[in-house]
Amino acid sequence: MAEQIKLDARNLLCPLPVIRTQNRVKTLKPGDTIEVTGTDPGILNDIPAWCRISGHEVLEQYSLDNEYIISLRVGERSRHTT
Amino acid sequence: MKRPPKAIALISGGLDSLLAAKVIQEQGVEVEGINFFTGFCVEGHTHAIRKKDKNKPKRNNALWVAEQLDIPLHIVDIIEDYKSIVINPQHGYGANLNPCLDCKIFMVSKALQWIEESDDEYDFIITGEVIGQRPMSQRKDTMPVIAQQSGANDRLLRPLCAKNLPLTLPEREGWVDREKLYDFNGRNRKPQMALARQYGFIDYAQPAGGCCFLTDKNYSSKLADLWQAQGERSYELDDIMLLKVGRHIRPRAHYKLIVAREEGESRYLQGYKQQFPHLQPVSHGGPLTLLDGAPTHDDIELAARIAARYSQGRDAESVTVDVVFDGESSTIKVTPLPAHEISPEWMI
Repeated sequence: MAEQIKLDARNLLCPLPVIRTQNRVKTLKPGDTIEVTGTDPGILNDIPAWCRISGHEVLEQYSLDNEYIISLRVGERSRHTT
Repeated sequence: MKRPPKAIALISGGLDSLLAAKVIQEQGVEVEGINFFTGFCVEGHTHAIRKKDKNKPKRNNALWVAEQLDIPLHIVDIIEDYKSIVINPQHGYGANLNPCLDCKIFMVSKALQWIEESDDEYDFIITGEVIGQRPMSQRKDTMPVIAQQSGANDRLLRPLCAKNLPLTLPEREGWVDREKLYDFNGRNRKPQMALARQYGFIDYAQPAGGCCFLTDKNYSSKLADLWQAQGERSYELDDIMLLKVGRHIRPRAHYKLIVAREEGESRYLQGYKQQFPHLQPVSHGGPLTLLDGAPTHDDIELAARIAARYSQGRDAESVTVDVVFDGESSTIKVTPLPAHEISPEWMI
């Protein structure tokens, strides 16, 4: 059964939200999803970029009340960063 | 060796590390990137807090480089371990509080440690260093120091200036062809720019400004002030992040104000309201102001007068300021401090 995880990356500046996401994803399995909430608008660029080079899929991204939310599905481990 | 050679490239996000990795990739070596986050890294997003930098691309350059090269990037948080390098650099500081030589030794040693702990096998380490490019860490006499003191020794290859340096393991083993490496030297960037054109890289990060806040004079002054106020050289992540944001004013030795300069900074400082006493002008538009250090009740009026000075009520007879101190909220009316009463020595 796929896990659905939430990650609070608020008040962190780039690249900490990416590092926290990367480290959390390390503990997940392919197919699990993770929703990251941050306050640095840069995550809307950086987390998709990190997903592209790491083989994960961005499911949704949007902003709400000065917060930025991005959901991704964990991909296969072939290009998994550690 | 039965498998193809594999290298880990230190990726800062700048042009040199991009090119160094590309040069080795072109020789059939499998390359992966590693990027270290010290807490002092200059990133577009930090700048993006401020309006004047809105036009800068909101991207992480190390990730961008990895995308250009189509390689995985391992981003490693070294904030804690890096403290000893900043606080007590064995080779000293550069023009500001930048411990560049110690930093480079440390990063190469961290890369070495990382590959030794990895489940995958890596054969050597690549950096984008160029002899003569940086006054402290990239000199002919310091290049061997980095290789030796990091422990990497001949497993460290600098593809952009390798022809000016002794043979390394990957060259001796024939994993890379020395003739296809480069002999760049000095501060001239034209050879790198020409090589970038050859590879079709056009939108790379510009080198001006550097990639580390510690090379910045104003930032280093704020860090030195923090250490002096604390009575010791130490810091936490929040300390060094806050040094990047706002106007820092120290009217008394035991506390300072961090005054947001614009809406983006106010929004960022909002995240610290639970941790710090803070002031907010309410009768007039004005910046959120944090109080850092050990302010007492007796300091609040002066702090509020300074905060009012930076509000739209700076010329008003009085400004109403909301105060949160010691977990209690109150409201006070103060006269904004006139400009001539703000000592230049208070400004950090």
